[in-house]
Amino acid sequence: MENLAALTDEALALVDKAEDLAALDKVRVEYLGKKGQISAQAKMLGKLSAEERPAAGAKINQAKQQVQTRIEAVKSRLERAAIEAKLAEETIDVTLPGRARDTGGLHPVTRTLDRIAEIFAQVGYEVAEGPEIEDDQHNFEALNIPAHHPARAMHDTFYVEDKHFATSGGSYVLRTHTSPVQVRVMESSEPPLRIICPGRVYRCDSDLTHTPMFHQVEGLVVDKDISFADLKGTVDQFLKAFFEVDAPVRFRPSYFPFTEPSAEVDIGCTQCHGKGCRVCKNTGWIEIMGCGMVHPNVFRAANIDPDEYTGFAFGIGVERMAMLRYGVNDLRLFFENDLKFLQQF
Amino acid sequence: MKVSESWLREWVNPDIDTQTVVDQLTMAGIEVDATEPVAGAFTGVVVGEIVSIEQHPDADKLRVCQVAGHPEGELVQVVCGAPNARAGLKAPFATVGAKLPGDFKIKKAKLRGVESFGMLCGQTELEAGDDDEGLWELAVDAPVGADLREYLNLDDTLIEVDITPNRGDCLSVRGLARELGVINRHPVSEVVTQPVSAQVDDTLPITIAASGACSRYLGRVIRGIDVNATSPLWMQEKLRRAGLRPIDAVVDVTNYVLLELGQPMHAFDLAKIDGGITVREASADEKLTLLDEQEIELKQGTLLIADNAKPLAMAGIMGGLESAVGKSTQDIFLESAYFNPIAIAGRARNYGLHTDSSHRFERGVDYDLARQAMERATELLLGVVGGQSGPITEQVSDSLPAANKVELRKARIVSGLSIEMDDAAVADILSRLGFVIDATTVEGWQVSVPSWRFDVSIEADLLEELARIYGYNRLPTKVPDQSMAIKSHTESRQTLSRLRHHLIARRYQEVVTYSFVDPKMGAQFEPDIDPVALQNPISADMGVMRTSLLPGLVSALRHNINRQQGRVRLFETGQKFVPGANGVAQTPTLAGLVFGPVAGENWTDSDAKVDFFDAKGDVESLLAVGGNGADFSFKADVHPALHPGQTAGVFCRDEKIGVVGAIHPALQDELDLPDGVFVFELALQSLLEAKVPAFTPLSKFPAVRRDLALVVDRTLAVDDLLSAIGQTAGEHLIDLKVFDLYMGKGIDPHRKSVALGLTFQHPSRTLNDEEINGYVDTVVNHVTEKYGAALR
Repeated sequence: MENLAALTDEALALVDKAEDLAALDKVRVEYLGKKGQISAQAKMLGKLSAEERPAAGAKINQAKQQVQTRIEAVKSRLERAAIEAKLAEETIDVTLPGRARDTGGLHPVTRTLDRIAEIFAQVGYEVAEGPEIEDDQHNFEALNIPAHHPARAMHDTFYVEDKHFATSGGSYVLRTHTSPVQVRVMESSEPPLRIICPGRVYRCDSDLTHTPMFHQVEGLVVDKDISFADLKGTVDQFLKAFFEVDAPVRFRPSYFPFTEPSAEVDIGCTQCHGKGCRVCKNTGWIEIMGCGMVHPNVFRAANIDPDEYTGFAFGIGVERMAMLRYGVNDLRLFFENDLKFLQQF
Repeated sequence: MKVSESWLREWVNPDIDTQTVVDQLTMAGIEVDATEPVAGAFTGVVVGEIVSIEQHPDADKLRVCQVAGHPEGELVQVVCGAPNARAGLKAPFATVGAKLPGDFKIKKAKLRGVESFGMLCGQTELEAGDDDEGLWELAVDAPVGADLREYLNLDDTLIEVDITPNRGDCLSVRGLARELGVINRHPVSEVVTQPVSAQVDDTLPITIAASGACSRYLGRVIRGIDVNATSPLWMQEKLRRAGLRPIDAVVDVTNYVLLELGQPMHAFDLAKIDGGITVREASADEKLTLLDEQEIELKQGTLLIADNAKPLAMAGIMGGLESAVGKSTQDIFLESAYFNPIAIAGRARNYGLHTDSSHRFERGVDYDLARQAMERATELLLGVVGGQSGPITEQVSDSLPAANKVELRKARIVSGLSIEMDDAAVADILSRLGFVIDATTVEGWQVSVPSWRFDVSIEADLLEELARIYGYNRLPTKVPDQSMAIKSHTESRQTLSRLRHHLIARRYQEVVTYSFVDPKMGAQFEPDIDPVALQNPISADMGVMRTSLLPGLVSALRHNINRQQGRVRLFETGQKFVPGANGVAQTPTLAGLVFGPVAGENWTDSDAKVDFFDAKGDVESLLAVGGNGADFSFKADVHPALHPGQTAGVFCRDEKIGVVGAIHPALQDELDLPDGVFVFELALQSLLEAKVPAFTPLSKFPAVRRDLALVVDRTLAVDDLLSAIGQTAGEHLIDLKVFDLYMGKGIDPHRKSVALGLTFQHPSRTLNDEEINGYVDTVVNHVTEKYGAALR
C-alpha cells in the first residue's frame, strides 16, 4: 500500500505526457488494466485485516478514479487537437475564384426594350408584334401615308422583290416603323386598346448616326374621350420613369401623317441638365420621341369610328434611349456585337 | 431652308430678340436647326480698291498692291497673294488695327522684305461665306472706304429652319413671316405689287393638255432685256444668305421670288421656243437635256413644258438646257404655274433630281399665287435687265383646287385638348393664320382654308392649329383613367424573356445582327432556299433577307475571334424569312452558337473544348424550361451547313422545329472558321408553350436500382434503345439513365456497350426482388430480340 501514492503520481505524470491516444491507452492498460499496477494493489487487500480492508480498498479506488479522470481529460484534449489538425489540413484558400462564375447577358437593345415594356406593363399595356416584311397597305396606306408622301421615297424605304408573295403585284417593304402592328391590332380587336409594339424596323440609310436596321417601340391607346392632355401626361411620366430623373419635358408641334395633332418631344438634357453640352448640341434639350393623336383616317382604315373613339400613339427609338440612358456614343456599336461592348450591359 | 433674320424682319418686326424668334418658331412647329451670324466678329474692315498692282520683287506668288479706302484717305501698300487680285478690284480691306475672326489682329508687317499695311480679305477670312478661292469680289459700285459691316448689313443672323413636309407654305420668307406674325399678334407687311401693264403685244399660245396635273399656267413675254446686267447688291446678298449663288439677273430674280413668296418660276429664251407652249405628259422615247447638262430619257407620264416641236422643261422640276436663258438671249418667256403636288411628287426622285422647285411643288404651292408672283418678278426684272413686258396669258384647268371647308366644334376643342378656349381667341388665331370664318354657330365655326395650307382638311387639323398657336406646353396634362379589371392570364405559355434569361444563366451573350445578309453567305447555309431579295439594298452584302439566323451568329463569332476572344457563346432571337408555297413565312426563331473551352479559363477545371453534347445539353435544358421537355426529341438529321454525322433534328411531338449540330467542315474551311463551332436554331413558337404542373403523390417505399450493360450495334441509336426499354419495363420504372458508353478493347469493333441504370419504385408498397428481376428480364429479352442486344 505504501507505494500506491507513488504509483498514482507516476501514472498521472505519464498520462500528462501522453502525446497521442495510443500512448494514453498504454498508460491506462499499464496502471488501470486488469493486470495494471494500480489494479494489482487490490491483491494486497487480502493481507490486510477486515477492519483495514475497506479503507485501503477505498484508497485504491480513489487512486484509480483519479487516474481515470485524468485520462479522460487528456483524451478529450487529444481528440480535439486531432480534429483541429484535420481541419487545419483541410483549409483551402477561399479567395480563389469559383467555378463557372461567368454569366451571359442581354443585348442592350433588349435590356432597354424590356425596361420600356415593364414600365408600360405596370399600367396595363399589352405587347403586340407583327411581320417585318409588310405590305404597302399596312406600312403606309392605312397609316394615311399617301402614295406621293416623301417618306415613301426609295431613299428611305427598303423595297423587297415580291415574287414570293401570295398577292403578286402588291408592293412589299421592310416595315419602316412598328406602326403597322397598331393597324393590325386595330383591325382585329375592339377598343379600348392599350398596346405597345416593340421590334425591328428598317430604313435605307447608313452613316454615323443611322443604321439600316434599328428598333422602335410604338404605343397606342384607343378609348372614348382620350385627349391630347392624356398623351402629354403619359409621355411625360414615361420619360421621367425611364430616365429616373425629374427632367423637364416639352412638346413641339410636328408632323406625322398618321397623327393629328402631332408632336415631337424633347427632354431636358440628361447629361448637362439643360446647361448645354455636346450631347444636346448646346440646346439643353434632347429630341427623344414623336407622338400625336391618332388621325381619323387611320381609325377609318381600321374600321373604328373616329366620332366614337379617340386615341394617341407614340414612337420611341430604342437605340437612342439606350444611348442616352447608358452613355453609348456610337450607334453602330449596337450591331457590331463585340463581346467587350455587349458585356457592359 | 435658310433665311436671314433681317429679311424676315422686313416682313414682320416684333420687338423680340433673335433667340426669342428662334424659340417661337421652334415651339410653333417650325424647327430651327441652327443659327449663325452672317459674318464672323470683325472690326476695322472697309471697302478697299486695288488702284495699282505690281509683282513682288522676291516672291513669285505675291504681289504688291496700292489700295484705296483707308479712313485717312491715303493710298496704302498691301502685299497680297490672292490669285484674283487685280487693279480695279474692290475687296474687303482690313486696315492696320483691324480685328478679324479668331481674335486675329492686323499689324504692320514685312513680307519678303516689302512692307504691308493691312490685308485684303476673302469670304472665309471674314467667316462670311464659303468661297475660299481668293479675294471677295465686291460690287463695282461699292463705296470705297465704307465700313464693310454697314455696307453689306453684316450684323445679321442666318436662321436655318427644318420645315416638315406638310408645311410647304413656310418655304418662303412670306410664309415664315406669317407664322411669326400670328405668334406675336403682330402685323405682317406684304410686298405691294402693282400689275405691270403691257408695253408690247407679244404673247405665246398656251395649252394645258395635262389638265389634272397642271391647274394654272401663266406666261409672259419680255422683249429686249440686257442679260449681262447684274442684279442689285441687296438681292445678291439675300440670295447668298439663303444659300443660293448669284448667277445672272434673270435667274436671280426668279430665285428671289421663289424665296420671297414661295412661287417657283422659270424663264425660257423666247427665241428657242417653236410655236406655243403646251403642258403635257411625256410620251415614250422622248429625251430632254436638262440645265445641269444631263440628258434624260423621259419616262412616260412625266409632266413636261413643251413647244410645238420638243420638250422644253421638266415641269416644276428643272428647265432644259436648250431653251435656257444665256449670254445671247434678248427676249424671254416667263412662266408662273400651279402644278398639282401629286404630279410632281416622286417624279424628281425618279430621275435622281431634287430642286428648290420640285421641293415646293410636291409639298404644295399656293394655288392663288401665280399671278402675284408673275407681277412681282416682272417688276423686279424690268428694274434690273430692262426690256418691255407683254401681257400675261393665263390658262386654268378644271382641276384648280377650291378652298377646303372645315367645321370646328367647340365640344371637340374641349374633348380633344382638355381645355375651354375663349371663342374670340379661337377666331383670332384662325383669322391671323388666314382662315376665313364663313359662319359662327352655337356649336362652333365653319371655316375656309387658305389657298396655301395644303395640310388642313379636317377638324383635327384645326385643333392642331389652335394647340400650336396657343402653345402645346400651356395645354393641360393628365393620364388616362384606367380600368382595374383583371385580364385573363394563361400559364400554358411562357415568355421569351424567361428563355433569354435561361440562356444567359448558361453563359450565353445575346447579340442582335442585321436581318439582311450577304446572299453568298446566306446560300452557304441554306442553298436550297431562294431568299427574299431587297430591291434597293444598302450594299450587296446586305442584299437578301435571312433564311436562317446562323449566318449572323457565325459573322458575330468571326468578329469576336478577330478580337482575340477564344470562348464565345452567343444567341439571338428574331424573325427569319423563308419563302414557301403560301408566301413568305416570317418565323420567330431562336438560335445559338458555342465555341471554345467549356469553362472560362481558370485554375481548377480542364480546358476541354465544347462538343456536340454541350450544345445539345443547352438545347435540352432550354426545352425543359416550360416543364414540357418530354414533348421534345432528337433524331439524327442532315442540314446543308452542318456536319452530316453531328447533326440532330429537334422535334416537338412529330413536328420538326429545329436543328443542333457542328458546322460542316467544308463550310468551316470556306468561312475560315476554327474547329469546334456548334450551333442550334429553333422555331420559337413551340418553345413558348408551357405545361401547367400536375402533382403526383410521392411514394413512401424504397426505390430499387438495377444496372445493365448492353452490347448493341454501334449504329443503333441509344434513344431507340431507351424507348424500347421504357415501353417494356412496366409502369414502375421511374428513372432510366445512360451512365456509361464503351467502345473498344474486349468488344466487337462494330458494337458498343451501353451502361444503363434502371430505377423502379411502387407508389404503395415495396417491390420485391422477384418482381424486379421479372421486369429486368422482360426488358433484356425484348431488346435482345429487337436489337440483338447482349448483356455484357
